[in-house]
Parts: sequence; C-alpha cells; structure tokens
Amino acid sequence: MPTKNYADAMLDVLRTAMEEDPSFVVMGNEVLGIGPEGAQFEPFQREYSERIYFPPCSEASFAALAAGAAMCGQRVFAHLGLAPFTYPAFSSIANEIASARTSSGGRLDVPVIMHMSHGLLHGGGGQHSETPMGMYWNLPGIEIVMPSGAREVKGLLRTAIRSDNPTLVVTHAFGYGATDDVPDEDYEIPFGVADLRREGNDVTLVACSAMVGVALEAAEQLAADGVGAEVIDLRTLVPLDEAAILASVAKTGHLVVVDEGRLRCGVASEIAATVSERGFDSLRAPIARVARLDVPVSASAIHEAHISPSAEKIVAAAKGAVGAGAPAASGG
Amino acid sequence: MSGRRQPPAGPAAELDDGQALALLATMRRIRLFEERVAQLKRADEVHGLIHLSIGQEAVAAGVCAQLRGDDPVYSGHRAHGHAIAKGAPLERVMAELMGRVDGLCSGLGGSMHLVDTEHGLLGATGVVGGNVPIALGSALAARLGDSDRVAVVFFGDGAVQAGHFNESVNLATLWGLSLILVCENNGFAEFTPRSAHTNIERVSDVVAPYDLTRETVDGNDVLAVREAFGHLLAAARAGRGPMLLECLTHRVRGHYEGDPARYREALAEEDWRERDPILRLERHGVAAGWFDGDAVAAVERDAGEAVSEAVRFARQSPFPPAELIAELVYADRGRG
Ligand SMILES: Cc1ncc(C[n+]2csc(CCOP(=O)(O)OP(=O)(O)O)c2C)c(N)n1
Ligand SMILES: [Mg+2]
Repeated sequence: MPTKNYADAMLDVLRTAMEEDPSFVVMGNEVLGIGPEGAQFEPFQREYSERIYFPPCSEASFAALAAGAAMCGQRVFAHLGLAPFTYPAFSSIANEIASARTSSGGRLDVPVIMHMSHGLLHGGGGQHSETPMGMYWNLPGIEIVMPSGAREVKGLLRTAIRSDNPTLVVTHAFGYGATDDVPDEDYEIPFGVADLRREGNDVTLVACSAMVGVALEAAEQLAADGVGAEVIDLRTLVPLDEAAILASVAKTGHLVVVDEGRLRCGVASEIAATVSERGFDSLRAPIARVARLDVPVSASAIHEAHISPSAEKIVAAAKGAVGAGAPAASGG
Repeated sequence: MSGRRQPPAGPAAELDDGQALALLATMRRIRLFEERVAQLKRADEVHGLIHLSIGQEAVAAGVCAQLRGDDPVYSGHRAHGHAIAKGAPLERVMAELMGRVDGLCSGLGGSMHLVDTEHGLLGATGVVGGNVPIALGSALAARLGDSDRVAVVFFGDGAVQAGHFNESVNLATLWGLSLILVCENNGFAEFTPRSAHTNIERVSDVVAPYDLTRETVDGNDVLAVREAFGHLLAAARAGRGPMLLECLTHRVRGHYEGDPARYREALAEEDWRERDPILRLERHGVAAGWFDGDAVAAVERDAGEAVSEAVRFARQSPFPPAELIAELVYADRGRG
C-alpha cells in the first residue's frame, strides 16, 4: 500500500471531488498549512485553477458565503484557516448554518464542508493555537470530524463531501506531514463509527485527532508496566459512537479521556459525562480527564508542554485510575 | 506620491537636525534588531511564527517619534518595529521573542503579542485587524477621561478586507473619536497581491465615503510619513475626530521567516537601494547638511551594540516557570 502524508490524502479526495462534480469548488488560503506540505497544493491549484478561490481576510463572510452556496445545492470545501481565525465566522456558523435545517422545518440543507486546523502551532501563542471543539460541539446541527491520521482523513473527508449536513473537518496544524499507508483508491469511513486502535483489558483511553497517537504511545508505556490499555479513536465527535466507548468501558472498568481542547465544557468532559450516565455500573474507579489546562495558550514552549496532554500524563492518569479501583483479578 | 485628499488638518512640528538623526537611529535599530532576529530564528533561539518589518521601518519611526508616552498604540502580527519605535527597550523585546521571563510579557506573549504598558503599547495581535476596534475603545476612554491622548492603530492592507475594519471606521467617524488609523500598505496579504483581494487599490479610497481626513504617502520616505502624520496628530489632539494615514511600503522579506516567497519576484538590489527608507534618509540628511557620514556610522555602530547587548541580556534571562501561567488568568489570582 502506498505511503502518503496527510496532505496527499486530502488532495486525493479533493481531486476526486473535482472530477466527479464539475461544479465542486475549493475556497481558502493555505489549505495544506504553511509548512513544507503547503507546496503540495501547487499542482492541484494549476490543474483546477478556475475552481479554486482565494478569499481575502474576510472569514466572517466567506464561511457564510460557502454555506449560502451550499443551500443552493453547490458543493463547497471552505478552508477557514487556523481554528482561531474561524471565530469571526462563529456568528454565521452558530446563528445561521447550524440551525438552518431545524428552523426551516427540515426544508433547507446546508451541505457545506468547513475545514480548519487546530492545535498547538508551536510558539504561535493563543491566537494561533486553539482546539475549540467543545465550543463547536455545543452547536447541534453540524457534524464534527477529527481525523487522527492520513488514512482517516482520506476516508472521512470523502464521507464529509457526500454528507448533506454542514460538516466541520478539523485537521491538526502540525499533522500535514504525518505519513501512513493509504490506499490509492477512494473509500469512505462512515461517520459515528469509532476505531478500536489497540485492545487491552485494564483501561480504556478515548481520544481523537493527534491525541490518538499520543494515547497509543501511552498505551505502549503502560503495557511495559503490565497495564493493558485499549485505545479508541473517535474519528467523529458528531455523530458520536457512544456504543463503542461504553462497550470498551464495560470490558476494562476504567476510563481516561484524552483531549487537546480545554477541560471545562470540552470534549473530554462530554465523554466523561456520557459514560457516567450510561456506563456507571461498568466503572470501577472515577473517570480521569487529561486535557488542556483552563488557561489561554502562551507562546512559551514550557507552558505549551505544561498545559497540554502528553503520554506521561496519560500514563499517570491511567495508573491512578487502575490503582484506585479494585483490581480486575480480584473480581472487584 | 498620491495626493493629499484634504488640506493639512493641523501644523506638523518642525524637524531639527537632532530629530532627523533620531529617526535614522530608530529605523537602524529596528533593522539591525530584526536582521538579528532572523538569524536567531534560523538558529532556533527564537521560536514561533516571526513576521519581520524590514523595509517598512519608516512608518513605525515616523509615526511613533511624535507620540507621547501615554498615547495608546496597537499593532498586529508584524509588530517588532512599532514596539521599538514606541520606546520598548530592545533587550526586553528580544527576551520576549526568546521566550524569557524578562521579556515584555514574561515570555508568554511572543512575537505576535507584544505589550509594553510602560510605553503605551497596549497590544499586538495575531488576528488580522483584531486590534482596530480595540484601539477605538482607547480613543473613547481618552474622551471620557477628558484627556487629549490620541490612540493609534497600525495594521496592514489585508486587515481592511475584514468586516470589523469597516464597522470601526463607521463608529469612529460617527462618534468623532480621536483615533489615527495607520495602514502599512505593502501590497500583499500573506502570499496574495492586493489586486486579488479587492478592487480598491488605495485604502484611503476604501474609507472615502465616511468623510474622514485621510492621506496616502510614500511609506518608504520617513520625512513624508512624519510630516503627514504630524498634521493628523495635531488635529486629533485638538479632538477633531478620526484620521487615516496610508503608507505605501514594501516588505523585503517573506511574509514570515521561512516563507520561500515563490509568489513574487524579489526587488533587484539596486532598485531596493533606491527605495530603502534608511539609505534614503542617510543620503538626504547628509546632502542637506543635517548630519555627516561619521554621524551615520555612529548610529549604525550604536544600534549594532544595542542589539548585541539585547541578545546577551535575553540569553542570560531564565525561561518562565511553568506554574506562572495559571496564576495570570484572573486579576484576583487563583480563582477557578
Ligand atoms: C483572522 C485571520 N485570518 C487569517 C490570518 C492569517 N494571516 C496572517 S497575516 C495575513 C495577511 C495580513 O496581511 P496584511 O494585513 O496586509 O499585513 P502584512 O502581513 O502585509 O503586514 C493573514 C491572512 C490571521 N492571522 N488572522
Ligand atoms: Mg500587507
């Protein structure tokens, strides 16, 4: 199977969309980031130049514009930039885009794809390093897709393009170069189906996006210490594969939720709340959340590390959870 | 350059020889500082996204030379020159870029979020145009406090395409606030020429319907910037509403350090020597007898020493402690 980076995988999908739908358009600047992978966009840009739009610094309007076009049946992939640059567009996303279907009594679909990149842009400070999925998850009506690698981005983006809902596709700002074995042919990864990335009996680690890799690293370290960690890649937050999480917790009895976003009202909190409600009987210890500290991101590398999840923090949380509960062997 | 849109709004201060030399010194300090930052970025001693203003120094120098310490100034992502011209000590700016605790923001802000409250720099922002409406608030505060402070916001031509720019100009003119909008029009927003982002070439034409005093000058001519800004400042001090100064300029380096800049041709060396605001003032000042070649050399030497000292200072400053960040979030520390 060919090795491709994240940027290749996105281009595979966008190319197919351009070929299948002669009116498909791509809108945005630095669709593949400003790192070295950004240059991979150039051949694509030359090939489809009439259907690629480079909007000015008018995020508030062009997110809405893309959605308006989508309301008229036009398929648009709108790259809004880094997550903090989507905040000017938040009003449109919250007030018009997310609720258009419901408030029209189901008459209006907004099949727009809004792409952004999240996460630490090392040294960029708070205005370039945000993971606002908790905020967006609070808006019913939009789907949220968080690919963890190149293979996932290819399948999930293809599904997003076919979706009739407004869909946020959220990639990691530092992920465009990450490689994986990715098939050349097109495929879809269904929304709402989590991926069991590693099996284990003692503790469940739930993560999405770049944190899946960090959780896998933690699982490796835990294995060395005799703790079997199961790692679940959520792949999409909306829809959420609750069943996969609950099934795993039923098996392990312990849950650590990992997320790059902030703790308060964040992804980790929502998963923890869901399991407390629906999987309480499976739990043999309190749920642990490993997420960003509730502070703005600073430009300092020391603070970036201090406030962010890491394999070490996950290992400590997992051991705390497992140690705090009755050992599985004793039949707790 | 493109003509004055309205008669001078107020008298500009006369320029004496010492002031001319001071303008040169400010531009030279910014230039050498940023050239050093570029080296330190390559050596990974400075981290994060770095946007340099090399080529655009005349705007920072010509504007800030006439401001008072208590005039609030705001900037954007290309802010080093504005901070230095407003009086921020070089060593504290350098320490900030190197993430050290003695930096202007204790190392938490970095290149795009410089703040120096002692010298009236109330903020830079990494969000394009984000500080334009904030600066408006400083102008309102000056009025409510019965002060003749004038708020100044620096921004690029790219910010003009953001909706809140127009909202701000409308509010400023509607309420007659003493804000001077200083646009550094370098013709590019990131990698895209202005002509691909808007049909309105001149920013001063964008604001024309609001009927505010506005002027477009050669932003690589520090004397022109100084004179035009001086007129506007005098009027703004007297409470005569918002003004806009558009400075046409040129960014010599890539959009950010590391940008391969494949989207444009670099200016030929000889052409740039003609336009370089520092060389222009040197040539002009010597010809006019304001200063001599020795004074020019001394300015360069002093600036070089100050930059080296700034790097020494920054290198010996520790990194901020990890726990510091959680103590800073609220005014009454420790609130959860
Ligand atoms: C809201 C927002 N959108 C996009 C960006 C990415 N970005 C950084 S600088 C820039 C262009 C700025 O151009 P201009 O205002 O002319 O300033 P210059 O870089 O030329 O000094 C853009 C779009 C951003 N920082 N903020
Ligand atoms: Mg510009």
